[in-house]
Amino acid sequence: MKRGSPASGSAGRARPPRVPWRSSGNRVLPGFRLTLGLTILYLTLLVLLPLSMLALKSVTLGWDGFWSAVSAPRVMASYRLSFGAAFAGAALNGLFGTVVAWVLVRYRFPGRRVADALVDMPLALPTAVAGIALTALFSSNGWIGRPLEAAGLRVAFTPLGVVVALTFIGLPFVVRTLQPVLESLDPEVEEAAASLGAGRWQIFRRVLLPALVPAWLTGFALALARALGEYGSVVFISGNMPMKTEIAPFVIMSKLDQYDVAGATAIAVVLLVTSFALLAGINVLQAWTARRGLAG
Amino acid sequence: MSTRAVPSPTTEVRATPPFATPAAIRRRGLTEPGAVRAALLAVAIGFLALFVAAPVATVFGQALSKGLGAYLAALRTPDALAAVRLTLLAAAIAVPLNTVFGLLAGWAIAKFRFRGRSALVTLIDLPLSVSPVIAGMVFVLLFGRSGAFGPWLTEHGVKIIFSTPGIVIATMFVTFPLVAREVIPVMQAGGTEEEEAARVLGAGGWNIFRRVTLPNIKWGVLYGAILCNARAMGEFGAVSVVSGHIRGKTNTLPLHTEILYNEYDFQSAFAVASLLVFLALVTLVARSAVEWRARRLAAEAEALVPREEAA
Repeated sequence: MKRGSPASGSAGRARPPRVPWRSSGNRVLPGFRLTLGLTILYLTLLVLLPLSMLALKSVTLGWDGFWSAVSAPRVMASYRLSFGAAFAGAALNGLFGTVVAWVLVRYRFPGRRVADALVDMPLALPTAVAGIALTALFSSNGWIGRPLEAAGLRVAFTPLGVVVALTFIGLPFVVRTLQPVLESLDPEVEEAAASLGAGRWQIFRRVLLPALVPAWLTGFALALARALGEYGSVVFISGNMPMKTEIAPFVIMSKLDQYDVAGATAIAVVLLVTSFALLAGINVLQAWTARRGLAG
Repeated sequence: MSTRAVPSPTTEVRATPPFATPAAIRRRGLTEPGAVRAALLAVAIGFLALFVAAPVATVFGQALSKGLGAYLAALRTPDALAAVRLTLLAAAIAVPLNTVFGLLAGWAIAKFRFRGRSALVTLIDLPLSVSPVIAGMVFVLLFGRSGAFGPWLTEHGVKIIFSTPGIVIATMFVTFPLVAREVIPVMQAGGTEEEEAARVLGAGGWNIFRRVTLPNIKWGVLYGAILCNARAMGEFGAVSVVSGHIRGKTNTLPLHTEILYNEYDFQSAFAVASLLVFLALVTLVARSAVEWRARRLAAEAEALVPREEAA
């Protein structure tokens, strides 16, 4: 039997030995090369290779073609709508999702289990079904649309409808990232603050909220990421009017329908790169707040 | 000792400190005033009702708007049945393959340490941050008529885009990380001690996996597969791009729903959609069952270990 590095299960008394790239980090268990190799193969074939086609295709466009495809007014309007509505939806989820997570973790009420299960519905429900259901609900003669329109607020076929759909789609993310953190909060810290005379709002603002910020940012980022690329739940309620209620993925789709594959690629690349940059930024912010939270 | 899995500081009364009576806790500002609690509860329930319960109810309301007979008739049309078959086929291929991948990736990532491990995890998560339309489009770029392999495919008479293989591949792409994401944390939480003990006792790789690892992770795998299946059957954007929308041939259930809806046949559209809602409900029930079971096991394990509480 091979003698290898100390079992990784040993508690962190000794620092684990530095692992050179070539050798596996654990020589006791078999199958490292095989599983890693297969994993990388599958990943490359199914994900990396197809995605690299995006880069390849957009290079063939040339800088001028790329820029003209991307800076067309219709495309810019769709970017504005996609990013704006995604932010709005993620913000709404950030606010209401926090309330929902708080209520689900801290309160006991009949139907709590059902409510908890319902939170995952936007993840489990196919996007097309969500799309037509939300449209039917918020359209002029829908259950919610009719009273809203009587009050002068039109939802379906407006940017507001897009925000509604994106709020639906991002609902689970904030709630589900906050719930474990809320559950694992040490009640003793709250009790200590209370025994030192802090009121409830003070405790919430200065003890609980800072502990929640990193997780909240993660949830917000996840909701935002999902909302940016969302297609199925939005295209029905948005009405897809160029310059007004077209989201970026829809513009990509219509370019493909017209066989303008190069244009579609350019728009897609910009959307992807911007989303990645946004998420990377939020990750950095989240790591920073987590560090500050631990130090402070 | 309470058997509830999740203790709450506001409703749980712990045994030891004599001053931790409910009244004392309330006095010390650990709970919100009643009015605030009621308001928060109303907001939360209202939000969920508006955004989750109402759409689901709408589906069934619209599907049954012309009665049960019309509902069933909409589900029995040849196009609907073909859509069901194609949906099931895509899921039947994508889910097992991605589950196997999830297990492979889980083993490599969770049981070993190597440089680039977190990069690998990020790469695996990549399909989740790609818009479904873009996901479908990259396969058009690969296999479409003017794509990288396009000429070769037309030469050999192989149709991928606008045909079933394209739909299956696009489905595999978008559901790719789902099982791995569930399996990796569970495998990591299990640590490597049990597997190493099995190795020391002479078990080979496959035996270790089958008899030591698999029983520990089976609920994670099951849940990952259920999520993967739900996403595979419900995928819309990516499949919409590669399918060509040919009725009866390249339409999955979500696409069929869209076609009916665009033809203003709302009742049929929602009838077909209700099938997918049932699928979603089954997924949710399964998730609750898995979670409930995991909590129960955790609570049981905790109950076995005597708590060392400072007096």
